[in-house]
Amino acid sequence: MTGSSALNFWNAYWSGTLMLFSHWAMNFSIQSVKPKSEDIGVSRDELSRALLLAFAATPLFEPFAIPLLLDKLSSSLPSAKVESFKYLGYCAPMYGSDRMAKHGGALWSSVKDVLYTSPESALSVESESDGGMIFEESDIMVEALILLEGLMQQNSDLLLDMILGDEDINNFICSFLKPWDIHDTPLQLRQQLHSVGRLLAVSAKSSMASCNRVFEKFFPQMMEALGCSVGNHSDESFATEDRALSSRFNYGTLYLCVELLDACRCLVLGFKESTSFPDFIHEKWCCMLHGFCRSLINIFFSNLEAVSGNAQSSFAYTGVKGLQLLATFPRSFAPVSLLLFENILLKLVSAITSNFDKKFSWGLELKALVEIGLYIEGYQESEKAATFARIVVDKFVSWISSDEPAMPLSLKMQAICETGMTGISNMLRIVQGMEKAISAKFTQAYVDGNFESVELVIKVLECYSARVLPWFEMNGGSEEVAWNLAAIIWDKIDNSSSVNLTVQNYELLGAAMTAMKQAVRRCSQESQEKIVNRAFRVLSASTLFPLKDSPFATSLSNSEDSYLNHHVDRVSCRDEWIISLYASVVIALRPQTHVQNLKMVLQLFIMALTKGHIPSAQALGSLVNKLPSKTNERHLSQEYGVEEAIDVILTSSIWNFCQSNTLRKCSLFGGGNEIHNTKCLAGLNHTSVHISAIVGLAWIGKGLIMRGHEGIKDITMTFLGVLLENTNNGDFPESCDPIEGKEQEVIPLMKSAADAFHILLSDSEDCLNRNYHSVIRPLYKQRFYNSVMPLLLSSTRQSNSIITRSMLFRSFAHVISETPLSAMISEANKLIPLLLDSLSTLTEDVMHKDVIYNVILVLSAILMDKNGQVAVLENAQAIINQLIGLAAYPHMMVIRETAIQCLGAMSELPYARIYPSRTKVLQAISKALDDPKRAVRQEAVRCRQAWASIASRSLHF
Amino acid sequence: MTLGLINANPVVHAKKERVARPLDDPHADDAVDPLEIYDYVRDIRDPEHPYSLEQLSVLSEESITVDEKLGRILITFTPTIQHCSMATVIGLCLREKLKDCFPAHFKVDIKVAPGSHADEEAVNKQLNDKERVAAALENPNLRQLVTECLYSSEL
Repeated sequence: MTGSSALNFWNAYWSGTLMLFSHWAMNFSIQSVKPKSEDIGVSRDELSRALLLAFAATPLFEPFAIPLLLDKLSSSLPSAKVESFKYLGYCAPMYGSDRMAKHGGALWSSVKDVLYTSPESALSVESESDGGMIFEESDIMVEALILLEGLMQQNSDLLLDMILGDEDINNFICSFLKPWDIHDTPLQLRQQLHSVGRLLAVSAKSSMASCNRVFEKFFPQMMEALGCSVGNHSDESFATEDRALSSRFNYGTLYLCVELLDACRCLVLGFKESTSFPDFIHEKWCCMLHGFCRSLINIFFSNLEAVSGNAQSSFAYTGVKGLQLLATFPRSFAPVSLLLFENILLKLVSAITSNFDKKFSWGLELKALVEIGLYIEGYQESEKAATFARIVVDKFVSWISSDEPAMPLSLKMQAICETGMTGISNMLRIVQGMEKAISAKFTQAYVDGNFESVELVIKVLECYSARVLPWFEMNGGSEEVAWNLAAIIWDKIDNSSSVNLTVQNYELLGAAMTAMKQAVRRCSQESQEKIVNRAFRVLSASTLFPLKDSPFATSLSNSEDSYLNHHVDRVSCRDEWIISLYASVVIALRPQTHVQNLKMVLQLFIMALTKGHIPSAQALGSLVNKLPSKTNERHLSQEYGVEEAIDVILTSSIWNFCQSNTLRKCSLFGGGNEIHNTKCLAGLNHTSVHISAIVGLAWIGKGLIMRGHEGIKDITMTFLGVLLENTNNGDFPESCDPIEGKEQEVIPLMKSAADAFHILLSDSEDCLNRNYHSVIRPLYKQRFYNSVMPLLLSSTRQSNSIITRSMLFRSFAHVISETPLSAMISEANKLIPLLLDSLSTLTEDVMHKDVIYNVILVLSAILMDKNGQVAVLENAQAIINQLIGLAAYPHMMVIRETAIQCLGAMSELPYARIYPSRTKVLQAISKALDDPKRAVRQEAVRCRQAWASIASRSLHF
Repeated sequence: MTLGLINANPVVHAKKERVARPLDDPHADDAVDPLEIYDYVRDIRDPEHPYSLEQLSVLSEESITVDEKLGRILITFTPTIQHCSMATVIGLCLREKLKDCFPAHFKVDIKVAPGSHADEEAVNKQLNDKERVAAALENPNLRQLVTECLYSSEL
């Protein structure tokens, strides 16, 4: 290339660049790109990014780009400012420090303008309680600070000269060196203080040299203002210094001081992460900090003490934050000696002990301790870890079993758990303490019902279930903790001979069962087997289990029924504990875990469930859900598969009362015309036993239905049998006097059979879910819906008794409200008439009100679903009539409200279809305007408006 | 001839935040209270301006009294200027709205605040005379104006 052609090229390039930038200058605010840029296929962000890359393409663009960007900073558009700062921040390292140096003054003045002159930070929500110094920075401020950080990295001397030499900043800091009250300070001053704090922090943490300069410039002044002196290192005691209190409560200085501490801590930790770790000890700032450290700690201590006196939360904030920062400086560099670290921990622990009635400062102090614990764990500081464990963790652990401090137990447990969660070693210490507490107090609580012990053990067990065990699961701890907990509880139960029955004892049992389930579900198969065997030994030693000479040991005999009734009545409290905990273990087992003596266990659970012991029923459900189905899947020693278990369960004589059903016959339902054995319904006692049996059968059915086992058919038939047998045989005609004793017995039985469908299909948190390793076949609810619906429908048609019909509809309502809508919506045209029938039948008895609500929710879901529209249109009149009736349903407000909402939704249907009902609806709604409940009235006004406006605005009808 | 606006430059106030009442409280006192009535009428549009009666401070919660037992509601509103010829239209809108929202057994009295209107007595008399109200609403122009104020989506 010749000289002239090179010159020509250069000229062309230059003029092209000029044109380009003048164009960009006009269109810079990327606002000019329409937000709706789908039409050109480029989003605003993409365009902005492309322009950013173009600006930063070469340092040669610097003379054009920087003035342009600086100019745009004066724009009044906030987004243009944000973009400019972003561009400057990105371009500065690309252009290099030499090129940027000449813009230093302009850059600083624009950053200062945004941060200091007119800061746009907003008080954060939680700022109320901390004295109003937690601010959320605006986007512009965030970008400006990022730019400042970048520039400081690039050329810290130049910028520091400007920042430290800035008169405004200097004067501002000087003005804050005097004591002042944060609460009397106007918001703008507080915003400026926050910004200056951020400026100093960004400057100080950019490099060692800048940190030195910032410290040299401001730190001595601050210390003087706070009345600090260089500490005497030989004097390790913390005698109260005789200093004017006012200087200790100089909030502005304290605030800036804490910001500086934070900055140099970040600087040190930043170096610690890199490989080269310079020697900080001789840095000026470190020496200064070292000198003033003791005095600073003293001041922070007095801030904490002030809290207990005057509840000055803003000082608590700086005090706690300062101490937390000083305690988390790396040990190797340490302006803070181990002794000072100990003192800080002691102070925080004593503050937590005494300040428990001040929620805000207590939370801060605990958070600071947790942060210190996390830091120690993260940076592997073994000496500090030992000190932390000794002073904080051990102290907190000692609280568990002692009455001191007089803090509410829930706060104690919160402090203990949160400190434990800082690291595995701390958590293990805590767990040890909790295990000891359970060992020591469990017997007292369980046997004597001692109130304090019960409360303590409940809290500790809850803590295990809700925090400790999940924490170990998340952090990969061993299963030992879970296993130990289960073992301790079983040991304690085994060693005690009797239990005192109190209300608290039931709460304790509930907590123990939850903890047991949570513990067992986290154990491996082997550990689970050990636990279940251990539990079985306790169970077999109990009075529940006369293994040798009980009728259970032999095959089912005629005397079983009487044995059950006799035995059930004398189940002691201790036995209830044992069987409940055993059931909890069984509920949480993995499918592979082998349960010994399964036949006896099954029979025992059957016995317990007749007494209305739900956990036993749930355990039976879990067993039939998880037992292997085929012989080859079975463990060699496994005596039972699911089929055998079902055989044992269903051949028990407790189901005799519903002999009409098809349990074990596997035949289809015969239409309810058989001769039924209703002898067992003779006494009320039997009725309650039979209700319990039905509930138990429902849980067993739930286990089967979830794994998709055929046995569910028989169980469903049983329920249908109970629903039908008592009325269709003529014993119970429609005209039956409701006061007659027979109805009193039969209705609860039928109701429980109807409600069994709810248990079958609803999701339970206590058992039979993924957490407890259940076998769940996909779409099992849909399958069940498809198979049970025809049966329910034919039974409803055949039934001629009001009560039977209403109970069948109750079952129907449970089924449809638990089945996913998508499974039902395709048959909406068949479903809607039934749904309306069920509503009209169920409204006749107040006991069905909850079920009605569920049905009306299904109806409203169908109304809202697009796929249900055709069916809704076909049945519009009938739906409207039914809804009008429900709008005046007297027993439940939400039913009226939902009915009126549904009516409102119906007004969207085509005009010709609904117009004939308009008058009727408006008349019904005007009555709802006078409803005693406001929510209904408001809904009625909306609905009335919607219906009135389908013809005209006029409400005349 | 086009008539100018009666109050060309009204003072517009900020809307108050809607207070959400606690839901599902079975013991809540659900009797009709002034706030409930105010919630129905606060968004009625002014006949002249695209602002609500609340924004123009024509109404406030305190200007409404209600006695549910006797079935009586009294609304006192303050026209923006003394000679406001729209006062009767505002009154008509209030009456029409309350008729939609409350059962027929409630007796609604609508008045202008004492001393806030030049023809206070005449306006009060007109607004509480059911014959005159019925006649006014049969006038198609007035009916349209009232409908627009009640169901306007301009706000």
